[in-house]
Amino acid sequence: MLSKRIIPCLDVKDGRTVKGVNFVDLRDAGDPVELAWNYSRQGADELVFLDITATVERRKTMVELVKAVARQINIPFTIGGGINEIADADALLNAGADKISINSAAVRNPALIDELARAFGVQFVVIAVDTRRIDAKNIVHLNGGRLPTERQTLEWIKEAESRGAGEILLTSMDHDGTKNGFDNGLLKTVNDAVHIPVIASGGAGAVQHFVDVFEKTNVDAALAASVFHYGEILIPDLKAVLKSNNIEVRI
Amino acid sequence: MTGIILYGAGNIFSLTAALERLGIPYGFINSQEDFEKFDRYIIPGVGHAGAAMDKLEKTGLVPAIKALKKPTLGICVGMQLLTSYSEEGDSDLLNIFPIKTLRFQDSSEYKVPHTGWNQVYPEKDNPLFKNIPSGSHFYFVHSYFIEYDKTYTLLSANYNTEFSASIWHDNFYGVQFHPEKSGVYGETLLTNFSKL
Repeated sequence: MLSKRIIPCLDVKDGRTVKGVNFVDLRDAGDPVELAWNYSRQGADELVFLDITATVERRKTMVELVKAVARQINIPFTIGGGINEIADADALLNAGADKISINSAAVRNPALIDELARAFGVQFVVIAVDTRRIDAKNIVHLNGGRLPTERQTLEWIKEAESRGAGEILLTSMDHDGTKNGFDNGLLKTVNDAVHIPVIASGGAGAVQHFVDVFEKTNVDAALAASVFHYGEILIPDLKAVLKSNNIEVRI
Repeated sequence: MTGIILYGAGNIFSLTAALERLGIPYGFINSQEDFEKFDRYIIPGVGHAGAAMDKLEKTGLVPAIKALKKPTLGICVGMQLLTSYSEEGDSDLLNIFPIKTLRFQDSSEYKVPHTGWNQVYPEKDNPLFKNIPSGSHFYFVHSYFIEYDKTYTLLSANYNTEFSASIWHDNFYGVQFHPEKSGVYGETLLTNFSKL
């Protein structure tokens, strides 16, 4: 059976992890490679790095990060953040990234998805979608959820799939940071509507939230950041509970 | 020493990084003369099987690959190239294994690409899977699969159909998953291959 995946997400700036990290046994909690290695040892199935470096050197710093991770880590990882063109993707692929995640650039230029899928295969192209409810509609947002677009979330995701997205990373900005659980209603609607894998993101605060998202929506993977970074949920404990609920996981 | 056959199909950084972590020496094969420098070979590959076959044919290495007598491991699309045919691009392939590469039927229940960690089960005894328990998880990401075959399937896996997670015929091996991304058991497999 194909396992449901558990994915820690690391925010990286200038080659260093940002957001607090609370692993007692880390020599350097700001070192993304050491953190990634730690997660892989705990049983993370995959990692996502979100690079928020804003300097002109950003592609170079991302490539260095990806190379350092690929040298040391024996599980797949995705890199996202400011990828705008084929040349960015090509550099990251050659540095060892398994997938790239595209957000704003795809909304602004949807044909970029077709180009990326043609050049590198659909398995390389993750479309990240930040969604927020406005007047009872799910609307795609950019800039970390601050900037609403005119696109409705489900309609945009279906377009992304038809253009060659290999996976959808769906973050509910209404749930993100609340620790009240994933947006299971929207996730189920999206998951039932597409034939590519869906990663749930936003709202994880307790082990039960992961049980709920897999049972209620059947998404393929669940992503979280702070509950893992602060040690509030340990991946081995989480997977044991999922397994005891008859949810297929890799242990 | 392991020779990695270079033909321009996909990035091999993660594969060489894994070999380096494991202390497995490797080099590259660009031309026919390079084959004799090595005692085993890896055919990597990601992306489109038909496009990969076109690139491989342009290298002129196809006759030499078909004639190899030393252990040879195809990974992912590199494994699919060993079969006779792929539905991807309606492509004729190396035909070292007289079996076919087909596309998964997609649905909201069975997403395609088949992405993530799936369990594999040995169909035969082989040192490639020494110290790897039956039912271990490996990392897959692919839309096309090699059909299950009683003669050639070395490891089976299940998605919406039973398929070949690994194939074996004489000195030729293939794995559909990515051993370089499959945690400790993936590393065990690469080490086992280096000792075949």
